[in-house]
Amino acid sequence: MTAPYELHAPTTAREALELLDRHGEDAHVMAGGTSLVLLMRQGLVRPGHVVSLHRVGELRGISRSAEGWLEIGALATHREIERSPLVRAHCPMLAEAFAKIATVRIRNQATLGGNLAHADPAQDPPPALIVLAAEVLVLGPRGARAIPVEELSTDIFATSLEPGELIVGVRVPPLPAGARATYRKYLPRTEDDYATVSVAAATVAFLASIQSHGTNTFIFGIARMIAISSVA
Amino acid sequence: MSQQLLRFRVNGVAREVEVPAERLLIDLLREDLALTGTKEGCSVGVCGACSVLVDGVLLSSCLLPAFRVDGAEIRTVEGLASKEGRLTPLQQAFIDHGGFQCGICTPGQLVAATALLAEDPQPTDDAIRHFMMGNLCRCTGYQGIVRAIHAAADTAADGGVRA
Repeated sequence: MTAPYELHAPTTAREALELLDRHGEDAHVMAGGTSLVLLMRQGLVRPGHVVSLHRVGELRGISRSAEGWLEIGALATHREIERSPLVRAHCPMLAEAFAKIATVRIRNQATLGGNLAHADPAQDPPPALIVLAAEVLVLGPRGARAIPVEELSTDIFATSLEPGELIVGVRVPPLPAGARATYRKYLPRTEDDYATVSVAAATVAFLASIQSHGTNTFIFGIARMIAISSVA
Repeated sequence: MSQQLLRFRVNGVAREVEVPAERLLIDLLREDLALTGTKEGCSVGVCGACSVLVDGVLLSSCLLPAFRVDGAEIRTVEGLASKEGRLTPLQQAFIDHGGFQCGICTPGQLVAATALLAEDPQPTDDAIRHFMMGNLCRCTGYQGIVRAIHAAADTAADGGVRA
């Protein structure tokens, strides 16, 4: 059982923003609910108003833009991301990172947007998304903006979201040809546990040629990006 | 507090219930509908005793607000066997292969394994262990559970009715 609250079930993101504006700090957004229900059951959070996004269809779905960006709606569940052929085609590491989160039941309920907004430093998606240079798409009272994933979390359970702002999705740029990425985590106890430490890495080797005064200079390089979760 | 009028189906039966917004699915099932086959273990979504299918999707009913099942089709352990009480091949396999000891986790194990066989009718040993990893058996009767799921998959492959 959780403490009583007033439920709001908007059908559009715009309507959700109006509700957040009207109820201010007394309102909490619920996406999948795995984290918020737990916090409420334990009495750690007691919102007077819950704005549930389950009827906001525009926040669902996974697609690929004409420019090759992977676009994941905030309400995409971890399991949808794990099993999406589009995600796997874009970057197999991303699908595999989501496949390793908690248990199948949690992955069926927990959402990408909820995961990022919750800002638990032990979570798997942020490092995986950071090395792919992904951005969080946010809608708020002052319009839309994109935040690099590494700039979203500012502290444990704290984000750079402004009051009244809502995560609507995540976009992942096209990977350079030849890019490789991996995600690894250390789990000393059970497979569904929080990682003691996890690491995501992406590398791309490139060969470029510069033409100058009739001669070709070839440049070989390796670009790397590494992100690590909290070390517990 | 806000009351919610919910219309949904449980095990094929249409239901209409008015509940407070904060009602959780586990309490809706056990307290309001007296479907006590679904068990509450850890209450934090870890143990799997409260596993149910919502529109075919395996979920922890202890973490799901009841308002989310408005319009949905729910299947609980009570809805696995036929109305006449004929067990599914999976249920029979749990009996034949000792897939339970004390029995408290068994409803969740059966519902989870039903979901597994629906999406992967011939799972490998690894696939069974990975999918079922979140359904804890404190008697540690895992070998029998894995054997039973293999046996149910084999029964289906031999032309039996799938779970």
